[in-house]
Amino acid sequence: MFEALDQIFVTLKHEAVGFSPDAWRPFVSALISISFIPLVFATLFAFVTVFERKGIGRIQNRYGPNRVGIPLTKIRLCGFGQFIPDGIKSLTKEDVVPYAADQVVHFLAPVVLLIPVLLAYAVLPVGRNMTAADFDAGLLFFFAVGGAVELSVFMAGWSSHNKYSLLGAMRAIAQMISYEIPLILSAVTVIMIVGSLKLADIVAAQNQYTHGLAHWFVFTPWGLAGFILFFIASLAESNRSPFDLPEAESEIIAGYFTEYSGFKFALFFLGEYLGMFAISGLGITLFLGGWTAPFSFLTWVPSYLWFFAKLIALVFTFIWIRATLPRLRMDQLMNFAWKFMLPLALVNIVATGLWHFMGAGSLRWVVCSALIFGSYAILGWGLMQNQKLGKRTYRYAE
Amino acid sequence: MSLPFVIIAIVTLFAAAAAMSLRNLVHCALSLVVALAGLAALYLTLDAQFVGFAQILVYVGAVAILIVFAVLLTRSDATPNQTILSPGWGIGIVVSAVVFATLGWATLNSTGLSKETPPAPIATVKNIGDLLMTQYVLPLEVIGLLLTAAMIGAVIIAMKEEPFSNPSRSRGNEAHLSTKLEPPHVGSYGSDKEGGRS
Repeated sequence: MFEALDQIFVTLKHEAVGFSPDAWRPFVSALISISFIPLVFATLFAFVTVFERKGIGRIQNRYGPNRVGIPLTKIRLCGFGQFIPDGIKSLTKEDVVPYAADQVVHFLAPVVLLIPVLLAYAVLPVGRNMTAADFDAGLLFFFAVGGAVELSVFMAGWSSHNKYSLLGAMRAIAQMISYEIPLILSAVTVIMIVGSLKLADIVAAQNQYTHGLAHWFVFTPWGLAGFILFFIASLAESNRSPFDLPEAESEIIAGYFTEYSGFKFALFFLGEYLGMFAISGLGITLFLGGWTAPFSFLTWVPSYLWFFAKLIALVFTFIWIRATLPRLRMDQLMNFAWKFMLPLALVNIVATGLWHFMGAGSLRWVVCSALIFGSYAILGWGLMQNQKLGKRTYRYAE
Repeated sequence: MSLPFVIIAIVTLFAAAAAMSLRNLVHCALSLVVALAGLAALYLTLDAQFVGFAQILVYVGAVAILIVFAVLLTRSDATPNQTILSPGWGIGIVVSAVVFATLGWATLNSTGLSKETPPAPIATVKNIGDLLMTQYVLPLEVIGLLLTAAMIGAVIIAMKEEPFSNPSRSRGNEAHLSTKLEPPHVGSYGSDKEGGRS
């Protein structure tokens, strides 16, 4: 029965495809797979916007939205209906385009942002047998379409003809290019171990259990280091705090989308959140076992529930970090990427190679952990020496 | 010729023409991106997944950003007001037509065309990876070494802090800096160590 529940969406899709005439079947099958991606993840987006506001509210010791529930009823749902008026508001607001803006590019930028972000979902396995398009080079596809996001950010910033927009776009591109390198290098470790770029194979490699504990890559020294590097880089790639310099409200208003209003602004918002979900989904697939259960006695829980539970847990961590850490400075951001994360990612690749060739046993745990944590300590110590931080001194009013 | 090929070809050619003829440099760069993405789509229709994705990753993700950045950093966005065609455009057309005709003639008469087309090779990612690791391992290693060296070199160049934190050079500036820029007890960083500011 659990088996049937796990595969319920796959079975339903097969049934639905079976109703259509033979010639149309591939088309109908693709259409069903595709149409669920915007549906499910846009719903998740609506949920997460409220969840984030409430979460940050809690951390900052205030309530957050708690009024709006189901419209025209008295049911409040703890304020989780807030996204409905938000959506109506953004749809009905005036769309202001600056006089000096480059009309065509200004119009195209939010569209160009949304297309690659939605394409990236095509390769994510959200459950057992639930991938829209399982390419052989799925991981490469994900990173390839991710590269187009930078272009849309540039288009938005440049076409607005506004100094804040341009500054935001420059910051965004510099940041995205810098953090893409540790992002990809930390993902390379998984490819080295699995020997495949196909995301289904990567999940299958983690779907084994010893003593009831899953073989997730995050439970190995290189996997843990890789996951932390990947997570930090994905924070930066999705422009989330503390890496939200491109849209720093207190410095450059809203960065590259200063000049966007109404529904175009909502599209940027949507694109940013969908990008965050996509990259979290990739992190889950690479290091956290995808749709697999953490313990063997929990394998009866449907696979898609595991995926979305992990996704929400990761998104909650994003929100938690946003509410906790202050924004970095530009030079700190660059230094962190190039002097700390990049060398560590390279060391991690070496450690993964050692792990692969040393064979099973406890020795490789010691060697790999020593290599990674040793280089982490030395690098951190060396960079702190460079900072020349003296004793903190204070000046008080006389 | 299939319908996808026709659509992709028209879009690619149109974008390439736009990249040559538009007045605003950023518009040209963006049309070039469309042309490059069209090429990637052509590779994908030929079942060359790896090449197609690599084309997007390298050209759309990296080269296009580089071009756009270079345009942005070097040019003001005032469009130049000379005409798009240079005075010698007529001669240019003649020369390019002659070159094209020669190339076309050579291609049509070459022995390559008369051969039977070989059966399409099975180019999965795994095959490409196997070949890279066996037959072409030396070029791959050389390129890998070169790129890693370049990356580490870039990091080492960036490792140097601002000139005045270098002890040998900052000696002379120290007094000046501490009086002009930094009143002794302002801010949270003590400058008690040798080597000056921060």
